[in-house]
Amino acid sequence: MRLHDLAHARSGDKGDICNISVVAWDIAEFPLLERELTAERVQQHFGTIVAGPVHRYVLAHLGALNFVLHHALGGGVNRSLSLDAHGKCLASLLLDIELPD
Amino acid sequence: MNAARCVRIGAGAGFSGDRIEPAVALAEQGNLDFLVFECLAERTMALAQQERLKDPARGFDPRLVARMQALLMKCKSKHIRIVTNAGAANPHAAAEAVLTVARTSRLADLKVAAVTGDDVLAHVRQYMSEYKQKYPALEAIESRIISANAYLGADPIVAALDDGADVVVTGRVADPSLFLAPLVHHFRWSSEDWPLLGKGILVGHLLECAGQLTGGYFADPPRSPVPNMAELGFPIAEVGHDGTVTFSKVIGSGGLLNVATCTEQLLYEVHDPARYVTPDVVADFSGVRFEQTGEDQVRARGASGSSRPDHLKVVVAYRDGYIGEGQLSYAGPNAGARARLAAQIMRERLQGIGLGDDNLRCELIGVDSVARLPQVSAVSAPREVRLRVAARTADPLSAALIGDEVEALYTNGPAAGGGAFKGVREVIGLLPISVPRHIVQPRVTFEMT
Repeated sequence: MRLHDLAHARSGDKGDICNISVVAWDIAEFPLLERELTAERVQQHFGTIVAGPVHRYVLAHLGALNFVLHHALGGGVNRSLSLDAHGKCLASLLLDIELPD
Repeated sequence: MNAARCVRIGAGAGFSGDRIEPAVALAEQGNLDFLVFECLAERTMALAQQERLKDPARGFDPRLVARMQALLMKCKSKHIRIVTNAGAANPHAAAEAVLTVARTSRLADLKVAAVTGDDVLAHVRQYMSEYKQKYPALEAIESRIISANAYLGADPIVAALDDGADVVVTGRVADPSLFLAPLVHHFRWSSEDWPLLGKGILVGHLLECAGQLTGGYFADPPRSPVPNMAELGFPIAEVGHDGTVTFSKVIGSGGLLNVATCTEQLLYEVHDPARYVTPDVVADFSGVRFEQTGEDQVRARGASGSSRPDHLKVVVAYRDGYIGEGQLSYAGPNAGARARLAAQIMRERLQGIGLGDDNLRCELIGVDSVARLPQVSAVSAPREVRLRVAARTADPLSAALIGDEVEALYTNGPAAGGGAFKGVREVIGLLPISVPRHIVQPRVTFEMT
């Protein structure tokens, strides 16, 4: 199944750093997200889009993970050549990840 | 005002271009004490500085006048006080513009405060050699610096409200601090009660993007529909003296306010949830919980905080070259192949003028312009596709060449390219540094109609 079936997400930008919150629709499914959606998995998913390291913060009581993606915005909103300079779409692209059923 | 009762704060704008009607609905039906407009992005400040250099009467948010025309009378008659960072690079001129709107409407006894002191460019220039040692990146940009503004905290806004201002206009202030200030003013919170200030910052953080709390930026039907988005309402926080808070919106307005919308906004632009740094307090959101207490009504609790930082964040803005861009569409059978051929031609043409992979993007909108993911293979046969070429250059003439080259694909490129667009914009680079708190001296000045 896809992450999109289990969670919603939102991107935020600060300088060249993008953060993406991933929130489980049903908190009962959060353990699966916490197990499968590691920082390494997210880094691998984004490939060359994210040049720097990825850090993960866990908020189990909210059923939420917060990913901080360094060097992810092509130098930052102002100087990025990307059509989506804010990285707003990255949250939706993350929801494309396939998870085991 | 009776400090024992709750205070109600409305979010009137989440960015400078935001809609005006939701703020009017809040003023009319929100039973508010304060209405706050957050209107200042990082880049906006640098552009405003350039405007002010050209014309000393400008350099503030151009939509401020329209907002005040729609709201000043209503707010004054209902004793709703306004706080906004729409002063940008010129809070004094912005305050004067507010007064002009008031005088035109024959609004008497309106007290307007201007908060300044965020502009620290003179200080940074004076101590440039010291700052260069700490921030070597300053060396290369020194001659191109446009502005340097510190993020002020709530203190000067509290002082303005304490002195009876009906409207407080600021330049650069940390966004959540715009909302914290009315709480500190109303409840006489200690400026060193860190857990309480952390709760106030939570209120500000959740309100600062206005519609993003009330169902904006959330809908993904059919899984998560949001009702009546065309009439999306903006949020209200009702806050108690101990920092307890319930969020709601005007009854009958569009949108959605629930635990899911609040959780998304809690983490918006947050890195470590336990350390959300503001000039007033390092807020701790890691223990925040939400509870639905009614339709479009959510209670938040569990925020805390620790002592404020000794340094303030400063954003140094500088001229950073140009970006040139060109676009052209292809459609029908074999559109993808023709667009890829066009991209290949552009790479060859632009390599000739020294634009390599680092500062050149050739991509197909609808295929790989946003989703440049390694595991997503290009769509094999798109019905239509749009070539986009963008490049960074040192000068505007080279930047203009990008769009010219794309446009030349009309008669020199693959078959049936259409709808050329070309553009050039100046890039404003931003370098964050920090300065000791004591060198930043906020000032508050008042004027009355």
